[in-house]
Amino acid sequence: MEVFEESRNLQLYIDGFLMILRLTVTSAVLSLVLGTVLATMRVSPIPVLRGFGTAWVNIFRNTPLTLVIIFCSSGLFLNLSISPVNIFNALPGFIGDALSLIGLPTDPQNLIARNFWLGVTGLSAYTSAFVCEAIRAGINTVPVGQAEAARALGLTFLQTLWIVVLPQAGRAVIAPLGSILIALCKNSTIAGVIGVTEAAFAMRTLLNANGDHVLAIFLVFAGTFAAVLIPVGYLFDWLARRLAVKR
Amino acid sequence: MRVRKALMGCASIALAVTTLTACGGDDGDGSSNGNEGGGILNQERITIGVRFDQPGLGLDTGGDAPEGFDIEIARIIIEGLGIPEENVTWRETVSANREPFLQNGTVDIVVATYTINEERASVIDFAGPYYVAGQDLLVPVDSDIQGPDDLTSEHIVCSVNGSTPAERIQTDYPDVQLQLFDTYSQCVEQLAAGAVHAVTTDDIILAGYASQEQYAGQFRVVGQPFSEEPYGIGIAEEDTEGCRRINEILAEAIESGAYEEAWNATLGASGTPAPSIEPPDGSWCD
Repeated sequence: MEVFEESRNLQLYIDGFLMILRLTVTSAVLSLVLGTVLATMRVSPIPVLRGFGTAWVNIFRNTPLTLVIIFCSSGLFLNLSISPVNIFNALPGFIGDALSLIGLPTDPQNLIARNFWLGVTGLSAYTSAFVCEAIRAGINTVPVGQAEAARALGLTFLQTLWIVVLPQAGRAVIAPLGSILIALCKNSTIAGVIGVTEAAFAMRTLLNANGDHVLAIFLVFAGTFAAVLIPVGYLFDWLARRLAVKR
Repeated sequence: MRVRKALMGCASIALAVTTLTACGGDDGDGSSNGNEGGGILNQERITIGVRFDQPGLGLDTGGDAPEGFDIEIARIIIEGLGIPEENVTWRETVSANREPFLQNGTVDIVVATYTINEERASVIDFAGPYYVAGQDLLVPVDSDIQGPDDLTSEHIVCSVNGSTPAERIQTDYPDVQLQLFDTYSQCVEQLAAGAVHAVTTDDIILAGYASQEQYAGQFRVVGQPFSEEPYGIGIAEEDTEGCRRINEILAEAIESGAYEEAWNATLGASGTPAPSIEPPDGSWCD
């Protein structure tokens, strides 16, 4: 434990987990939005959109996340010169300011911001595929009579989906979404391979500098993940029971 | 004995939280060396920890043994110890496992760009130094960076997570943006693509990368070393006699020219002449 008594090492540990939190929350929001849009595409009557949604899910669900993330760095950034953080140059300034306020790096000139948004891009693209499939499964739990009644009232396809079907579908899949969130949190350690200074990255820093305390360092980091994520699991179980649609 | 220790290790993982303090309270006693007979002087076989991924120093090319300057130094040592090369096992060691491997007897000695420092010397012993490297910068040939003092907050410098060079940049040049990866190859790839402005680590390692075929003529080593990194040969703390014997062998090799030969056969290709080095004084053996 003496490794963590040194303030610099303790700081590394704290910063690492704060970065995991940022990556997880940002990617969770983006992949929930993107996943819902993809699910809408996959059940839509337009073949091109269905094809796009299916292709997205099959590509990202079946590619190892490490490859997706490395592609973001080596492919998108190094070869195609696409850096997602540059979107803040195009967006109105107050969005970037608001995100900085809640602790996200948004300065396009900044190396940390560059790596962070490359990581978020990879994590969101990957996780949205799983979110899409969970929501699509939820849609199947909604009795077909609900959609028929909505259409009979004169609602359009999108209105039927967003007002009647998706709210019920979402409440049916709280538990699987919780599992996806937990997986996302652990997966965000993979952003370390492109130089994002997250927890597993901080752990490797400490391991390299303290080769004689390998087991202790490992257990502290693994233990922190478990200590944070086990309650999250129970929270989602509780939410799922509370919010389930009673039929 | 070893099996039992491994089992106990597993048990302590299972008991994670309760045994945390027990595992963490490593006071550096280093446990008993796994080798029978004690010390490299009484052994017929030897396991040597080396780098497998460092061009010019220790690189696994798929042959019987890795290639590089560290490997040649190791060969000089086993020749001096009278151990034939067929009794040598080359084992890859990385920064994070060198001390543990020496402490638990997985390897007998480590010749792996291993910088001597007080912290490490408190748990193991060092023979040598056999080379004194210096931290330097690798930049594209057309870069206007002439030394570490030219680095500003505009510059992105790449190094390896947890390494001494990365730490030095953070403390001595805190304005510079530091990109950290797990390997130097990733840094060099980013340098080639123009995503970082410089790569920093020991000059000898940079020279190894710069001389790789695919990057020929693209990079230069700045040549303004801003630290001294004495490379030593790691050996278990109990084996003081073995440590002293290695120092004698090194001193003989420096005298006889075998050291220079080892250099010329490997890193000499980069154009740098063999360094002149004092015979080790044995101060890191105790």
